[in-house]
Amino acid sequence: MKILVPVKRAIDYNVKVRVKADNSGVDLTNAKMAINPFCEIAVEEAVRLKEQGIAEEVVVVSVGDKSCQEQIRTALALGADRGIQIDTEEKLESLQIAKLLAKLVEKESPGLVILGKQSIDSDNNQTGQMLAALTGMPQGTFASKVEVSENSVKVTREVDGGLQTVALDLPAVVTTDLRLNEPRYASLPNIMKAKRKPLEVIPAADFGVDLTSKVTVLKVTAPAQRAGGVKVASVAELVDKLKNEAKVIS
Amino acid sequence: MSVLVYAEHDNHQLKSETAKLVNAASKIGGDIHVLVAGSGCEALAQAAAKIAGVAKVLLVDNEHFSHQLAENTADLLVEMGKDYSHLMASASTTGKNFMPRVAALLDVAQLSDVIDIISADTFVRPIYAGNAIATVQSQDTIKVMTVRASAFDASPESGDAAVATLALGGAAKGAQFVAEELTESARPELGAAEVIISGGRGMQNGENFALLEGIADKLGAAIGASRAAVDAGFVPNDMQVGQTGKIVAPQLYIAVGISGAIQHLAGMKDSKVIVAINKDEEAPIFQVADYGLVGDLFEILPELEKSL
Ligand SMILES: Cc1cc2nc3c(=O)[nH]c(=O)nc-3n(C[C@H](O)[C@H](O)[C@H](O)COP(=O)(O)OP(=O)(O)OC[C@H]3O[C@@H](n4cnc5c(N)ncnc54)[C@H](O)[C@@H]3O)c2cc1C
Ligand SMILES: Nc1ncnc2c1ncn2[C@@H]1O[C@H](COP(=O)(O)O)[C@@H](O)[C@H]1O
Repeated sequence: MKILVPVKRAIDYNVKVRVKADNSGVDLTNAKMAINPFCEIAVEEAVRLKEQGIAEEVVVVSVGDKSCQEQIRTALALGADRGIQIDTEEKLESLQIAKLLAKLVEKESPGLVILGKQSIDSDNNQTGQMLAALTGMPQGTFASKVEVSENSVKVTREVDGGLQTVALDLPAVVTTDLRLNEPRYASLPNIMKAKRKPLEVIPAADFGVDLTSKVTVLKVTAPAQRAGGVKVASVAELVDKLKNEAKVIS
Repeated sequence: MSVLVYAEHDNHQLKSETAKLVNAASKIGGDIHVLVAGSGCEALAQAAAKIAGVAKVLLVDNEHFSHQLAENTADLLVEMGKDYSHLMASASTTGKNFMPRVAALLDVAQLSDVIDIISADTFVRPIYAGNAIATVQSQDTIKVMTVRASAFDASPESGDAAVATLALGGAAKGAQFVAEELTESARPELGAAEVIISGGRGMQNGENFALLEGIADKLGAAIGASRAAVDAGFVPNDMQVGQTGKIVAPQLYIAVGISGAIQHLAGMKDSKVIVAINKDEEAPIFQVADYGLVGDLFEILPELEKSL
């Protein structure tokens, strides 16, 4: 079985972003970039399935400009076999990315597509579900456990009330939650090896997909700041403030 | 203009999110219909009919929807959705699961986690874990969105809408429900609680969460957790508050042994009053806390319980 893993280049999760003064977006100049954490978990899961002999090949794909080759190389260093960059200078929305990925699924026929559940920049949480819809595949989102058998995959999902398990016919789409696995670190020899692994660049235009979106960002602003609070010296003072000043307990 | 609101429920209870979504929908203008899709959920349709502002409740009640799987729930919404200008579901794990499918099948964008509605085509949503707020305009014919319920007040229970039963929907293709393991709790749900007390890595283990329970009992509070506490196995995943867990905005949020990483703050910084209890006076949680108490939680919590 072949596993396709879409990965996104995103700001490092430790960086706190700043909104640009002209409210056109956030300032990413010189910001540290990385593989979106949920995509890293997706790569790790695919590589583990390969190590267990369940998958034969792990293909990573990223949609973006040349800079996302850096994240593809990282995924290759983590154990993926081959990379594809779908090349575009445009900042695409989830629907357009899902349409491109759907075309790639047609071409590559993977048995499983594992995506992150959410990009930590757009916080969209959409692409996997959209890809599943466009390809007619069933979906197991927010996975904390994935068990692949002959023709199906059992996915344990983190839901608001606890956990839910579904069984999906293959091919299927899975999106990862935080507790699916703990991604490994790439070793130096593997980073060197990754440089020689194949990385194909396909212009987005080659897929014949309409890439225009009907959504426009009018402005991006900073969130309302909380006024700084006070330190209290004791439990008694805290309880008094909550009762008599904030009036949130009685 | 007309809005279809997908009712949030578990077949037994209409969740508090539904009335908040109806209030959000009322900011768009036009008729509001509520869809209750589930199994054995007729009573919930009656409850939805009482929400002020609802013009009609549509009930789809059959075993295919007993677990609200994304595959057939999305197909149902696509079938019904063509008659509406806006489709709205809660940004819960249910809504997030099927709504992007609905959008893709209708060939329109989906807006996630809407926190404000400016007009029928202009919406506000947080990005970058809430560190930036985007105002977006959609020219799509049908606007499909998930709404962050905690950002809206509930519409009151003074309505009296008609309920229409629809015979729609089929089985989920390629997907089957296997099992569920739901956390049983007599406490209020995180999304509905007026008071939340959350524990982090500083709690050290699951047993120590008992220290929060005594306080939660006295305050009628829900109990939450940081990712670190969930990852370490102290408590189940459904207690995680944050960017990728539950987003809450109670009257009072008490963070205990939580450092205040941006991902945690994303889930609770819109609470009305925030209290932080942490032994490290430099912990970033104090920057958002209205009242900070520096000290050892193992001394503070028993004292707090006694003084309530
Ligand atoms: C993609 C991604 C998504 C994430 N999503 C979330 C999310 O949704 N929610 C979330 O919470 N995190 C999330 N995180 C994790 C987040 O970055 C932090 O790692 C996490 O919030 C830390 O949890 P913590 O504050 O409990 O632990 P720590 O940061 O270890 O803090 C523990 C705190 O306890 C205090 N303490 C220790 N002992 C005591 C004591 N005896 N008395 C008083 N105080 C004490 C310490 O001073 C410290 O401040 C995410 C991370 C990533 C990468
Ligand atoms: N530009 C992209 N290239 C490849 N995969 C992507 C891209 N954007 C999103 N994805 C995938 O979709 C997941 C969810 O992203 P989103 O829907 O944007 O929150 C990510 O974790 C990736 O696996």
